[in-house]
Amino acid sequence: MAQELSQRVVFGETLVELASQDSRVVCLDGDLATSTRTDMLFKAHPDRFFMMGIAEQNMFGVAAGMASVGLIPFVSTFACFTAKRALDQIRIVIAQPGLNVKFIGAYSGILTGKTGKTHQSVEDLTVFRAMPNVVSIAPIDGVEVRQAMHAMVEYDGPVYLRLTRDPMPVIMGDSYQFQIGKAVTLREGKDITLIGTGEQTQRCLDAANLLAADGISAFVLHVPTLKPLDVEAIVNAAAATGLVVTAEDHSILGGLGGAVAEVLGEEYPVPMKRIGLRDTFGESASNAPLLEKYGLTARHVAAAAKTLLEKRST
Amino acid sequence: MNDPSIPGIPQLIEIARSVRIDIVQAIHHAKGGHFGGPLSAVELLVALYFRELNIDPVHPQWEDRDRFILSKGHSAIALYAVLAERGYFPVEELMTFDAIDSRMQGHPDMKQTPGVDMSSGSLGQGLSAGIGMALGARVLGKSFRTYVMIGDGESQEGQIWEAAFIASRYQLDNLVAILDYNKVQQFGWQYPEPLLPIDHPEEKFAAFGWHVIEIDGHDFNAILNAFDQAKMVKGKPTIIIAHTVKGKGVSFAEGKYQWHAKVPNDEELTLALAELVRREG
Repeated sequence: MAQELSQRVVFGETLVELASQDSRVVCLDGDLATSTRTDMLFKAHPDRFFMMGIAEQNMFGVAAGMASVGLIPFVSTFACFTAKRALDQIRIVIAQPGLNVKFIGAYSGILTGKTGKTHQSVEDLTVFRAMPNVVSIAPIDGVEVRQAMHAMVEYDGPVYLRLTRDPMPVIMGDSYQFQIGKAVTLREGKDITLIGTGEQTQRCLDAANLLAADGISAFVLHVPTLKPLDVEAIVNAAAATGLVVTAEDHSILGGLGGAVAEVLGEEYPVPMKRIGLRDTFGESASNAPLLEKYGLTARHVAAAAKTLLEKRST
Repeated sequence: MNDPSIPGIPQLIEIARSVRIDIVQAIHHAKGGHFGGPLSAVELLVALYFRELNIDPVHPQWEDRDRFILSKGHSAIALYAVLAERGYFPVEELMTFDAIDSRMQGHPDMKQTPGVDMSSGSLGQGLSAGIGMALGARVLGKSFRTYVMIGDGESQEGQIWEAAFIASRYQLDNLVAILDYNKVQQFGWQYPEPLLPIDHPEEKFAAFGWHVIEIDGHDFNAILNAFDQAKMVKGKPTIIIAHTVKGKGVSFAEGKYQWHAKVPNDEELTLALAELVRREG
């Protein structure tokens, strides 16, 4: 069994690490500290932790003011609130002036601990992809979360970091080097290309194993940065096999699937299928039945790949 | 007041007159922009930039400067005119207001205009950014102060009250809000009888834990005294509720919601300038 890590726990640990290294790093929390694990920063550096209460619009404005005087604020709340509740604030005082605010979408996607559609977030990537000046990152595992956070602090500008709640296997090795805007080939293959973002790339890797058992060789590309998008890597991955399946714990409208379809439509048209939420909200349930009902399992990814392969052979 | 470089009240009055003329001319030239709100804020802005703020127009990004945020961003032309008169950029540049490629955007843009400390325009957001600056000063161990001008109309936004709560909770005595209480919004409540954009703001902010000062927002003595008083307040933020007149200085626009964003035609420009110049006596 591979080592497992929760992205939120790594987030909390890395926040402490960054704040210890860099006196400019502070955190604003929308009263979710024990969920998002910003409580770790509160314990380590209480003077760098700012409880902003249950008032997200003000919180993002405060972060903009802090960034304007030279601090590096991490704003932490659930993805549903970051991308919707405080969206105009992010647009006006963070994205438009390009201020150095790092905003977290915790508990993203539909695996949110049985809280249901109000607290799930299936449109956040669409929202932030469409917003000029915002870098969007969705890591595959805890190792990538930590590296992405270090990269975010080095980068001067607004960054959205999309995180998940529950423990998942560690995929990336110790030598992995995350770079903003760079996609990563996790597996070479010649029959079908699977492109994932966030933890859903893990289900692409599982799908590649399922396909291998049937003698199908899958290429797996992980796209942790939704913007700026690694167009070259996506085109090369599509060219390697001529067929593409995208997969994300997010709506297929405007997220990774939409982004890849846009790129390939202009640069290298190939048949493709998109795995993700199909223009629907989610509901309350534990993870396994949610993944099954909304078609996000590795089996669903593998089935989409087989459908494309069958179409090509007829 | 023996330092000749510090303008006294008579000079401030003359600067305010110039600023009003700049505003009216720029709006007429641009054939766009807001009219009433910029004119109600003139004395407050002139007092800030010519007397109160610790700033350096030659070094707009000086990191220890006092900060100012125009939360009621649609009054941008008033801020631009004051910045120009203060020497941040040539007064002639005001005539590029609202034009393509201009540094004078329709709403304040901190990346475009020298001297603008925070972008604004979508209402209700400036006070929160001011809290961030004031908290930032505390974290960085700096003594600069932060001033935010809010409008009475935008005080209908919930975010103003989120911010009012947090500013007082963090005891931000390095933060001063200024309410340009001109009592007229774009249209507002007209029937069955006219209602104020917000009533009893002094009670509301006091209830949120703020130190409240109420003044005539066109009286330089009162404005400067209020700024001095705010510096003496410890452990809470201060709001200066400045009673003002929308469209102040142009008689046919004063107090009229119809002049919220109306552009004067040639005849109205002539009338307005005649009034503004005549009052020079």
